[in-house]
Amino acid sequence: MNAAFTYRLIVGTLPWLTIALLSVPVAAGVLGALTPAFGWLPALGGDHLSLAPWRQLAQVPGLFDMARLSFVTGLASAALSLGLVVLFLGSFLQTPLYRRIQRWLSPLLAVPHAAAAIGLAFLLAPTGWAARGISPWLSGWAYPPDYAFPGDAWGLSLILGLVVKEVPFLLLMSLAALVQCQAGERLTVARSLGYRPLTAFLKGVMPGLYPLLRLPLYAVIAFATSTVDVAMILGPTTPPPLAVAVVGWLHDPALSMRFMASAGAMLQLLLTLAALLTWWSLERLVARASRGWCRDGRRQCGDRWLGGVAWLAMRAVLGLMMAGLAGLALWSVAGYWPFPHFLPWPPTAHNWLNAVDGLISPVWQSLGVALAATLMSVVLVLGALEAETQRRRPMRPWAQLILYLPLLVPSVAFLFGLVMMQAQVGVRPGLGAVIVGHAVFVLPYVFLSLAESYRRLDPRWSQQARSLGAGPWRIFLRVRLPLLLAPILTAAAVGFAVSIGQYLPTILLGAGRVVTVTTEAVNLASGGDRRLTAIYALLQLLLPALGFLLAMLVPRYLFRRRRGLLPSAD
Amino acid sequence: MASLILDDIVIEQGQHRLLSLDTTVEPGEVLTVMGPSGVGKSTLLAYIAGFLSPAFQAQGRVLLDDTRIDTLPAEQRHVGLLFQDPLLFPHLDVAGNLAFGMVREGTRRQRRERIQKALASVGLEAFAKRDPATLSGGQKARVALLRVLLSQPRAILLDEPFSKLDAERRGEIRHWVFERVRHSRLPTLMVTHDEADAQATGGRILRLTERGIAMGTTDQEART
Repeated sequence: MNAAFTYRLIVGTLPWLTIALLSVPVAAGVLGALTPAFGWLPALGGDHLSLAPWRQLAQVPGLFDMARLSFVTGLASAALSLGLVVLFLGSFLQTPLYRRIQRWLSPLLAVPHAAAAIGLAFLLAPTGWAARGISPWLSGWAYPPDYAFPGDAWGLSLILGLVVKEVPFLLLMSLAALVQCQAGERLTVARSLGYRPLTAFLKGVMPGLYPLLRLPLYAVIAFATSTVDVAMILGPTTPPPLAVAVVGWLHDPALSMRFMASAGAMLQLLLTLAALLTWWSLERLVARASRGWCRDGRRQCGDRWLGGVAWLAMRAVLGLMMAGLAGLALWSVAGYWPFPHFLPWPPTAHNWLNAVDGLISPVWQSLGVALAATLMSVVLVLGALEAETQRRRPMRPWAQLILYLPLLVPSVAFLFGLVMMQAQVGVRPGLGAVIVGHAVFVLPYVFLSLAESYRRLDPRWSQQARSLGAGPWRIFLRVRLPLLLAPILTAAAVGFAVSIGQYLPTILLGAGRVVTVTTEAVNLASGGDRRLTAIYALLQLLLPALGFLLAMLVPRYLFRRRRGLLPSAD
Repeated sequence: MASLILDDIVIEQGQHRLLSLDTTVEPGEVLTVMGPSGVGKSTLLAYIAGFLSPAFQAQGRVLLDDTRIDTLPAEQRHVGLLFQDPLLFPHLDVAGNLAFGMVREGTRRQRRERIQKALASVGLEAFAKRDPATLSGGQKARVALLRVLLSQPRAILLDEPFSKLDAERRGEIRHWVFERVRHSRLPTLMVTHDEADAQATGGRILRLTERGIAMGTTDQEART
C-alpha cells in the first residue's frame, strides 16, 4: 500500500466515521427511548406494546405546567437572544465595540453553562451579590429579602441564564455567517444609499444573514427547551421543566418508572419539535410581513433608541456573566459572610484546603474524558475537512444537518435511549461510553470553530508544495497542519471546554461511575454549600481557561521567530 | 534537458472555449503568454501543473519530451511553479523552505551544504535561519525560485511572478530569474500582463484573445 493510497483511504473514511459518530448515537438513542415509551423493554419485563407508559405520564401532577415552562422558556430565551444579537450587530458592526466583544467571544463561549448559571444564581439570590450591593443604603434590607429568584415559577431566571449563554454562541456563529453573506459589502451599499446603520443592516444584511443563522438558532431552541443542568440551577422546582423531571424519573429506584421516563423523553422530543415548528411558522410570518417593509424606502427605524437598547442590553448580559463569575471567586474564599456585607472579610483559603482532597478525582476524570473526546473529535474533523478540500466541493445541506443533529435533538431524549440500549446490548456504562457521549457534543463545535479557517487556507500553499514534489501526507503534515496550528488548537480548546461543561452525558452514560467537576458542581448547586459549589464551578472555568491559554501560547512559542504566523501579522 | 510540448491543448468552460494551443517550449526558452483577464492564461498554467479546477474541461497532451505528464498527479510532473506571491512557508525558516523543495538525495549534511551553496549563489548565505517574513520582496522572490530549482523540475511555470515587486527591483529580479532558468536549460512558460516582462525575455510571445485564440507574434506556431 503506497502512501497516497493510505492517505486517500484514511481521508475517505474519516468523513463517514464523523457522520456515523454524529448520527448513529442520536438515531439509536431515539429508537432506544421510543420502544420503552410504548411498553417494550424485555430486560425490564416489557414484552408487549402498550400505551400504559403514556397513561401513567398523563397522570403526573403538573405535567402541563412542566411542558409549558419548557416551551415558553425555550422560545422566549431564543427570541430574546436573537433580538439582542441582531440589534447589536445592526448598531455596532464595524465599530471598535464590536471588535472588542468579538475578541472575547471564544472565552465567553467556553464558560460552561452550569458555571454561568451558578454564578448568576449566586448573584441574583436574596443573599446574592446584587442584593448586598444595594443593601441597606438603597433597598433598606437589613436581612435577605423574601423573593424567589432564581427559581421563580415563571422561569424568568431560567430565561435570563439561557440568554446569557446563548448570546455569545449566536454572536460567534454570526461571525462566519457575516463573511459568507458579504455583510460588509451589503452594508456599504445600503449606507451609501442613505440608510442608517441599523436599518441598513435589517433591510440589507438580515435577509442574507438569517438563513445562515437558522441552524444555530434551531440548536439554541432545542437546547433551551430541553436543558437539564441550567434548569436544575435556575429553574423552578414545583414543577420543574420537563427535561429535569424526566431525568428524575430515570433515576427513580423503581425500575418500572423507566417506561414512563421513556414516554417523558419522547414527550420532550415532541415538545422541542413543536417549539421548532412554532419558530419556523413565526419565521415565515415575519418574512412575509417584512417583505414590503424592506422595499418601502424608509431610511431609518428608531436607529438611535434601538441602538441604545442594544448597547445597554449587551453590556447587561456580559456584565451579569462577569459579575456572576466574580461572585463565584468571592464565595470560594468566603468565611463567615453575613448579609448585607458586600465583601467577605477576611478572605480565607480554608474552603480550598478542605476541598482539595475531594477535587483530585473529579479533576483527573474531567481532564481524561475531555482530552480523549477532544482528540477524537479533532482527528475526525480534520479528516472531514481535508476530504472536503480534496473534493473541492462545499458541504452538502444534508451533511450540515447531520453536523447539527446532536444539537437539534434534545439530549435528554436520545441519551436516555442510549442508556436503555446500553442495558439491552450489555455495554457497561463507564468511561468509554462517557468519552464517546462527550465526543458527540464536542465534534460539532470543533467543526464549526475550525471549518472557516480550514476552508479559507489559500489552496496555493498546497499547490506550491505539490509542484515541489510533496505527496498528500507531506502536504497535510508539513504544510496544512503547521499553517493551521493556531485555529486547530483554538477549536480543540473550544471542544475541550464543551466537554468539561457536559452534565447529562456524564451522569447518564457513566451511571455514576464517572464523576467530573461539572457533575459535582451541578449536584452541589442544588444543595446548600455555596463555598464548595463555587470552588467546583470555578474549576469548571479554570480547566477550559487553561485550554485556551495553551491554545494561545503554544503557537506563539513554536512560531516565536515566524512573524508571518503571529496573530499581529494577520 | 527536455522540451515542454503542449500538444493540441483545448480548454473549455462549459460550452465556452477558452483557448486552444499547440506549441513547444525548448530547453532554456522563456515563452510568454499574454492576454486580457479571463482568457485563460492562469488556467493554462493550472492545467500544465495539474491544478485545473473541475469547472474547466481540457483536452490535448502535455509532454516533457516523450513523457506524457498531464495524466500524472501534480507532484509527479516535475513542473516548478512560481506565483505572484513567493508563498514561502511562514512556519519554516529560509533554509527549511529550501529543504522542503529539495530532492531527498545524500546525507543530511550534504543537503545542508547544498542549501548553503544555493543561498551563497544568490548572496543570501547569511539568511538561512531567517524568518521569511523578514525578507524583502526581491529576497523572497530569489528564495522562491531557488526552492523550485532545488526540487529539480523539468520545466518551470511563472504566473505573473514580478507583479508584486516594486518598480526599482523588478528589472533586476526579472533579469536574474531569466538568467537562472536559461542557465538551467529549463523550458519556461510565463504568464504576464506586463509588456516589459514579456519583452525582457527576448523570446516568443503568445497573445491570447477573448475569442479563444492564441496568436503568435514572433512565429506562426500559435493557431486557432
